[in-house]
Amino acid sequence: MKILVCISNVPDTTTKVKFKEGDSLFDDSGVQWIINPWDELALTRAMELKEDAGNSVNEICVIHVGGASADATLRKALAIGADKAVRIDACPADAYHVAGQIAEYLKENPFDIIFSGIESSDYNGSSVGAMIAEFMDYPGISSVTSVNLDDDDIQVNRAIPGGKQVLKTETPFVAVVQKGIAKEPRIPSMRGIMMARKKPLEVKPAVELEVLTESIKFELPPAKGACKMIDSESAEQLVELLRNEAKVL
Amino acid sequence: MNFEFTEEQLMIRDAARDFAQRELLPGVIERDEKAIYPTEQVKKLGELGFLGMLVGLDYDGGGMDTISYVLAMEEISKIDSSVSVIMSVNNSLVCWGVEKYGTEEQKQKYLKPMARGEKIGAFLLSEPEAGSDATSQRTTAVDMGDHYLVNGTKNWITSGKSASTYIVIAQTHPELKHRGINALIVEADSEGISVGPHENKMGMRASDTHSVMFNNVKVPKENLLGEEGFGFKFAMKSLEGGRIGIASQALGIASGAYELALKYAQERKTFGKEIIKHQAIAFKLADMATEIEAARFFCLKAAWLKDQGKPYGQASAMAKLYAAETAMKVTTEAVQIHGGYGYVKEYHVERLMRDAKLTQIYEGTSEIQKIVISRGLVD
Amino acid sequence: MSVIAFAKNWNGKFKNSTFELVSYTKALANQLNTNMVVLSIGEVAEEELKLLGNYGADKVLTVSNPQLNTLTSRAYADIVAKAANSVGAEVIVLSDNNSGKAIAPRVSVKLKAGHVAAVQELPLSLDPFVVKKSVFSGKAFGHIQIKSDKKILTIAKNCFGLVANPCDVAIEEFAVDIDTNLFKVKIIQEEEQKDKVILSDADIVVSAGRGMRSPENWGPVEELAEVLGAATACSRPVSDEGWRGHEEHVGQTGKVIAPNLYIAAGISGAIQHVAGISRSKCIVAINTDPEAPIFSVADYGIVGDVMDVLPRLTEAFRNSKS
Repeated sequence: MKILVCISNVPDTTTKVKFKEGDSLFDDSGVQWIINPWDELALTRAMELKEDAGNSVNEICVIHVGGASADATLRKALAIGADKAVRIDACPADAYHVAGQIAEYLKENPFDIIFSGIESSDYNGSSVGAMIAEFMDYPGISSVTSVNLDDDDIQVNRAIPGGKQVLKTETPFVAVVQKGIAKEPRIPSMRGIMMARKKPLEVKPAVELEVLTESIKFELPPAKGACKMIDSESAEQLVELLRNEAKVL
Repeated sequence: MNFEFTEEQLMIRDAARDFAQRELLPGVIERDEKAIYPTEQVKKLGELGFLGMLVGLDYDGGGMDTISYVLAMEEISKIDSSVSVIMSVNNSLVCWGVEKYGTEEQKQKYLKPMARGEKIGAFLLSEPEAGSDATSQRTTAVDMGDHYLVNGTKNWITSGKSASTYIVIAQTHPELKHRGINALIVEADSEGISVGPHENKMGMRASDTHSVMFNNVKVPKENLLGEEGFGFKFAMKSLEGGRIGIASQALGIASGAYELALKYAQERKTFGKEIIKHQAIAFKLADMATEIEAARFFCLKAAWLKDQGKPYGQASAMAKLYAAETAMKVTTEAVQIHGGYGYVKEYHVERLMRDAKLTQIYEGTSEIQKIVISRGLVD
Repeated sequence: MSVIAFAKNWNGKFKNSTFELVSYTKALANQLNTNMVVLSIGEVAEEELKLLGNYGADKVLTVSNPQLNTLTSRAYADIVAKAANSVGAEVIVLSDNNSGKAIAPRVSVKLKAGHVAAVQELPLSLDPFVVKKSVFSGKAFGHIQIKSDKKILTIAKNCFGLVANPCDVAIEEFAVDIDTNLFKVKIIQEEEQKDKVILSDADIVVSAGRGMRSPENWGPVEELAEVLGAATACSRPVSDEGWRGHEEHVGQTGKVIAPNLYIAAGISGAIQHVAGISRSKCIVAINTDPEAPIFSVADYGIVGDVMDVLPRLTEAFRNSKS
């Protein structure tokens, strides 16, 4: 069984967001790039599945659509334990474009399980996974919080508002994962970092695809007014303000 | 000249940073206060390969260069020097010596488990009356034909209790003075070894520092490291590399304190503005940042020389001297910037200040470094 | 030409977010000078469907097939696309919730329709068609141009509000062939906490962080939530430590929420946490540290120990109710 993990390369979650060129572009100067947190958890779960001798997972591949600047991120995924990395050499224009590129790769290189994070922490498109499923005509499961294999029998948990569902599916399928899929991301070991050097990082040319949407401008949220401080003894005053000033009760 | 790190070096730095944030930061104050040995943390550090990162891949190490080691030591020491001293001693004193001078059998038997982090090593040089002056060893290793018989007491031994493998420096031929000294690999559970009580230290309180007493301990002949009489030179060579580890530790203590002070100075307000906007504080931070950068260059230069196979004793002494002095100064200023908050444990900087003091003392005091450096000037 | 909204139901009932979706879509139709159609999938009683008319829906298509009572994103997407085609929809609008996130991307691929998620308001312009969405997990907004002829929007909760607009509803069954091949995912078990306020729907959220010091101390948080009819939430360290389940984790990598009132107790306000709550209408922060960053995003702040302040607040809310 083979698992493909889609990887987005995003600014570290502590980044203070700035824009440049008339607020038309994200200012990436001084930005530390990381594996999109949900993608990293998906990779962790994929590793756990492979390490469990009870099932037949024998290959984990990570895939990314983007330029060479993401190679360090892909190499980290290899150091964590992916067997192979693929980068589709294209400027990731929008979710449709990214999903289409990954689908083209899948048509030539089938996988049994495709993991995609619920969204990327930069443009928050939250659509690549479901779009891949549609391009490929695969079943897809969203809001996935766990994937378990029992003799290659697949059981998936999905979060629903106020509860959860346990689902069964057949392969191939796309799992759009969220927090809970793995406990915490792995730190690459020294040995893993050394081994990553020898693992394949394939760069594939992109296919021609339409771009349906385009970011044209960014803006920062308006600055918040000063916080009104209330004495810790005057809880009634707060209730009064929430009712009559903020009008949120 | 090239000031760029490789992708791998950066990955190692990030891995060390993630480890420190995730595994070391929670509980660091309590471990320090109650002097609790970081058993779990050291185990995980070993699993990730940090404890043997400098050892070659053939001996189950990480096969990393010394530059990477400096980066990792800095990151871990920003949070917890009690852990980084264990990492430094294991890597640059114990594993290094066995890998460089040990026989194939010694490497298979002793190096591999230490490189994997399954066993911890300790370096037994200091004695109650031979600290900085390492030539006057009182511990004896008498040649009994098929074994050495070791007697004596070693002091201030990092990992003295938790280590499984000791490298012991002892006198075999007193008439030859320092040319009669040997280095032996001794298993810590050998008969006749007893470990003294935990030293109640000012800083790095979670690492276990003990005296180790030898009473007629039999050590097999095959456990001799290097040639007969090589012990003193061996110890000095080991310390040259050890100094890079401690210098990087001091660097980390300094940069950890600086980062906290910088953050605090941007958040804390007095007289209606953030204290970093007061020149008195801003200039302190400017000095701290500059000296830390200089210390970093010293550490990296020494590491680079070692990786290039060039002499690095002088450079590592300078690095250790400068980084330790910087650590003391920067941590003191970091406490000052924090004001009253800096004096309580919750804000971390007072711990870093106590930890910094030790870097001026162990593995050669600042004064000893000046002896090494000044001798190097006229050699 | 028209616009179509997909009105998701939960066990045959609509939520306020559904009515907000209809309100938004009606305003969009007005902006485009066209009519609106609302699509409902699964069995929903006529009275419930008629409620959509309160917010401007005059035409509702329904696919009342019991097989479709639970969400199957493939089948739903298939129906949404077919309905959109049959009414000649130029814009398709869904709620930005679990089901919208699962369906909209599929419809986007089927119709080659540019999709923008987490849309914050009505289009900024129609030609070119530009919408505003939140990016960088709420730290900024992006203006996104949709270049394709057909467009799909999922709209963020609480971005528009409810706009009453009563009208007569014509309900029509939409006949569609359902491909049984699209039901490959089987539900074998389902657990739902019926009594608890659902975090993503809640108007008021009481959230607590490491300042609570231990998981045993959550009583005052739950009591306050109960008095307010609020959902409970927590910060990341709390869910990482296992003090609370990760379904309660609010922040950049957890849930991003937009309640009317968010009460943060013992939460310092790391940038990642703020990203998850910044769209709340009103934020109240309680913290012992007057320098805690949470106060810079809060509307009202109390400096004090949560264990003292929370019970006092609960008492004050209780008194003000009676």
